[in-house]
Amino acid sequence: MSDISTREELIQGNKDLKTITDDVFNPIVAKPNKFWFAGLLLAASAALIGVISIVLTVWKGIGIWGVNKTIGWGWGITNFVWWVGIGHAGTFISAILLLFRQKWRTSINRSAEAMTIFAVICAGLFPLIHMGRLLLGFFILPYPNTRDVWVNFNSPLLWDVFAITTYLLVSLVFWYVGLIPDLGTVRDRMKTKFKKAFYRLLSFGWTGSAKHWQRFEIVSFTLAGLAAPLVLSVHTIVSFDFATSVIPGWHTTIFPPYFVAGAIFSGFAMVLTLMIVARKTMNLQDYITINHIELMNKIIILTGSIVGIAYLTELFIAWYSGVEYELFAFVNRATGPYWWAYWIMMTCNVVSPQLFWFKKLRRSIWFTFLMSIVINVGMWFERFVIIVTSLHRDYLPSSWEMYKPTIIEVLIFVGTLGIFFTLFLLFVRFFPVIAMAEVKTTIKNK
Amino acid sequence: MKLISGYFNKEASLLEAVKSLRANNIKIKDVFSPYPVHGLDQAMGLRRSWLPRAAFIGGAFGAISGFLFQAWVFTRAYPIKIGGKPFLATPSFIPVTFEFAVLFAAFSIVFAYLLKSNLGVGANNKIYDERATDDRFVVVLDTSNVDEQEAEKIKSKFEETGAEGIKYEE
Repeated sequence: MSDISTREELIQGNKDLKTITDDVFNPIVAKPNKFWFAGLLLAASAALIGVISIVLTVWKGIGIWGVNKTIGWGWGITNFVWWVGIGHAGTFISAILLLFRQKWRTSINRSAEAMTIFAVICAGLFPLIHMGRLLLGFFILPYPNTRDVWVNFNSPLLWDVFAITTYLLVSLVFWYVGLIPDLGTVRDRMKTKFKKAFYRLLSFGWTGSAKHWQRFEIVSFTLAGLAAPLVLSVHTIVSFDFATSVIPGWHTTIFPPYFVAGAIFSGFAMVLTLMIVARKTMNLQDYITINHIELMNKIIILTGSIVGIAYLTELFIAWYSGVEYELFAFVNRATGPYWWAYWIMMTCNVVSPQLFWFKKLRRSIWFTFLMSIVINVGMWFERFVIIVTSLHRDYLPSSWEMYKPTIIEVLIFVGTLGIFFTLFLLFVRFFPVIAMAEVKTTIKNK
Repeated sequence: MKLISGYFNKEASLLEAVKSLRANNIKIKDVFSPYPVHGLDQAMGLRRSWLPRAAFIGGAFGAISGFLFQAWVFTRAYPIKIGGKPFLATPSFIPVTFEFAVLFAAFSIVFAYLLKSNLGVGANNKIYDERATDDRFVVVLDTSNVDEQEAEKIKSKFEETGAEGIKYEE
């Protein structure tokens, strides 16, 4: 990678400070276009369907799902892991790329972090719904209760509770600390009294004082330093849910790095899906340029290749270990009743990202958009394959079962997509989508 | 309070102005800028922030209390044998201890930052100029206790370094 100073400007269109402010501020006051309303209507309807399905699940019980005694985790946990994975890109971009001083992150970090928060919210819903009875949610919180028995700190499922909660809260404050100066800018541009008061409240009284900026920078760096190991720990702990069990196909030490790479892989794909639409509909082509897309595609090749190597390593170890259960689990994945899911996963996650070695494809917006969806389909199937194919053939053949989701499970998943997009559309409408203060530091003729 | 402020539209001229004022031992009240200007804190002679210490203290407290809490639950409050592990199953407690540490460290530094900077819901800090959050760099000086001559000198320093405007405020 070439040195940052010799690269072309990170944003295009010869912007000065004023035009950056205007470009980010104008969409907040402009009347949103019909695509935004259509999108919101669609997303909110999907969210409503999801909420109805969740209510039905709680009302009738988990029996209306397709899960059974053998396959206790179906779409619910697949979706949980998928959403948590998507939620990894935002903090990766803003924390790890900040520590590596990758300035190109400034155009995308704000929306990627927002996406992270919304994805983690969607993820958090699934374990709660999966409990069937919502009051069981209290049983995972360690508080001095009247039952005397505490939560089980030896269980990875409980570690998950702490990891995901911490991740959500830390991502939220990290995102908001970065937002404060930009909300101050929005407040100072607002003309109407009510809106000004609204953004005055949100901007926490930001003035842009030198002392505040000095503290702002040190806080951002410290939070990045804290969030970097945190983001690695979250999917590591999610992978422990599987890796610490004794199920063939789950009991693998390779899981933590493999899950983390997969999470960043799918997260970047989702960032690309959203950014490609947002740059077009909100006229942000000068900020999120083809160079940004190419750089993200390079991270996709890297993480996608790690995922590919992990899949092959799993197969090799299954054979090399000589454990017949392990070997059976993996042969069964590729050739058993769920072979199609395995091969969708292999095609989408291992083969297709390798096409990004071609510079032309890496810089093609349409191809990138297509790939970003292909990758997320592939990553969804990865979780489905890991969960369902490992469970459906138990040690006792009498327990062998097949799993098919019911319409309710499908609609809950559709519902979380709706919640995610509703929140994202509201975010782009009311908040500065580009971290303008940070972009202002990157332009040359300040 | 009498204030005099110089307006700049370039980061470089702002830094120059701040340096030249400081070289003449003139005390700067504050500088406002639309983005963090690198080298401004050194130019203004701002002290290094102690905020990372808040993160360290918070993180250390989180780690210790998180671990002790789990140890207390499993050895004192309600010991149960789980999976044949000892009651004090230290490796099992590490993930939660780590999460406690990160959570407390992050919240400590953020609260310390907001409190120290007087930022928060309902904070009513004086906004000297709304352009400072857009494209202007503003240097503000307190001239309540300076004579005419000194005020003139400040003005000339602003002009020398390319200020595009000077504002007086009572």
